[in-house]
Amino acid sequence: MKYKRITLLSGHYGSGKTNIAVNMAFELKKLTDNVVVADMDIVNPYFRTKDSQKEFEEAGIKLIASAFAGSNVDLPSLPQEMYALTDDKSSHAILDIGGDERGALVLGRYASQIKEENNYEMLFVFNACRPLTPDADSALEVMREIEWAGKIPFTGIINNSNIGEETTPEIVLSSLEKANELSEKAGIPLVMTSVHSKIFPSLENKIPNLFPLKLQNKIM
Amino acid sequence: MADKVLMKGNEAIAEAAIVAGCRHYFGYPITPQTEIAAYMAKRMPKIGGCFLQAESEIAAINMVYGVASCGKRVMTSSSSPGISLKGEGLSYLAGADLPALVVNVQRGGPGLGGIQPSQSDYFQATKGGAHGDFHMVVFAPASVQEMADLTVHGFDVADKYRVTSMILADGTMGQMMEPVSLDLEVKPMPEKPWATVGTKLERFHNITNSLSLVPEELEQLNFKRFERYAEIEKNEVMYEEYMMEDAEICIAAFGIASRVAKNAIVEARAQGIKVGLIRPITLWPFPKAPFLKATEKVHSFISVELSMGQMIEDVRLATECRRPVTLVNRAGGMIPTPEQILEAIKTAHKNGGAK
Repeated sequence: MKYKRITLLSGHYGSGKTNIAVNMAFELKKLTDNVVVADMDIVNPYFRTKDSQKEFEEAGIKLIASAFAGSNVDLPSLPQEMYALTDDKSSHAILDIGGDERGALVLGRYASQIKEENNYEMLFVFNACRPLTPDADSALEVMREIEWAGKIPFTGIINNSNIGEETTPEIVLSSLEKANELSEKAGIPLVMTSVHSKIFPSLENKIPNLFPLKLQNKIM
Repeated sequence: MADKVLMKGNEAIAEAAIVAGCRHYFGYPITPQTEIAAYMAKRMPKIGGCFLQAESEIAAINMVYGVASCGKRVMTSSSSPGISLKGEGLSYLAGADLPALVVNVQRGGPGLGGIQPSQSDYFQATKGGAHGDFHMVVFAPASVQEMADLTVHGFDVADKYRVTSMILADGTMGQMMEPVSLDLEVKPMPEKPWATVGTKLERFHNITNSLSLVPEELEQLNFKRFERYAEIEKNEVMYEEYMMEDAEICIAAFGIASRVAKNAIVEARAQGIKVGLIRPITLWPFPKAPFLKATEKVHSFISVELSMGQMIEDVRLATECRRPVTLVNRAGGMIPTPEQILEAIKTAHKNGGAK
């Protein structure tokens, strides 16, 4: 994928945004030096970008996250450093936006600067295996809610259809039709399909713009 | 598309409740179970159900009382501090013999505590839950699929015995995502001739009430209720045995702790130590029989818990203290590691059951 200066990832919660953001950051770091990841998830205190803080530090990737994230203070706040995302134009940034329209509300604060600079991709992460976005129409509804809340229109779609560890190549292949339908209805391109690196080889020549997810959020 | 969908444990509970025919949900947001309410808020209006965010947990549990009185399937959910607030209502439900489903996605305590996973509401859930002589049937799921399965089953049991079923999960179970099949078996709901749904002038009106001022009568109500509890103890015990056939050491663990324990068991077996697991799926009624039977072959028991040690008391009671029972635990939102459990297994192996 060719990266714009700012890549925003948004979608239904649990669609896989954080996992993709982490993997993208490491790929981007190979292409350019000044990489920033912003954890803008103020909705969910479990499983977030900040969980990968140690790996980011080792790789020289800068993480901007709430000072209170993962602490004992359940305070939905964003740090002042967030403004560096729009001010420091020498950086490349990946923004992990919280789930649903409620999570996207925080984006409104930065929307005008991001749109003014006009060097961004706003990507919708689509997982057809999630119960509330099983098809193009329901996903489109979520897209519109997020756009309304975040004040930035989507420019592309990432198909991240999966059911976790049990995902088969067939599940990914059968999701393509829905992802393409969503792309058509939304009038924006399907920029990539992301899959677990385990099944990446068996799909490599069958799906265009396939993106392997090497790092996984793990529990148990 | 695949039969399975990818769901959070909290979502699986919510969707399973809808599959079970629940059309009334009352709740109040609290981490780490808020997705249940959020899911219901999106789904209920689309299927003609009622989602209502009450002004408090206390209000929500009393709304549950109202709908349960009408004979409809109804649920509420919360996390530890919120469940304490519901305590009075839980006792009233028991006193009026009303069926309901209550979900507790536990977090670290006491007090407001934290928002990370815990199992420290075990005493509260299994030893009554509030004032008065009563029990809830308590289910402890250990996967997202079980979150769904036990929710449906919980409604069945609640209706069958006119009791409250509680799903006792924890923050990890609520938040983790796993593939789940929603092809769930739902039994027909039993007749509820006691429901307050209008007499059609064909019978005397029904009353659901927990007030009974004549002590002789109140005693009889308690006796009758405990006859039903005895039936539940006889019929509804659920547990899983894992690698127990030749086990010399038995781990007791439920929910998320049992999954960590399984990793430790596989590692211990690789090192030549014969260890197995009894995983209670119902915490009340507690699976006493398999634990007592295990004392015949097992020289030591280890209770693995996300608390300061609560289930360990039931393990000691069930095993009639015939074998030593040790505790492996973390508290306050921390989870025991497989290494920590493995160390305890090695120690038990070395001691060979010596008290």
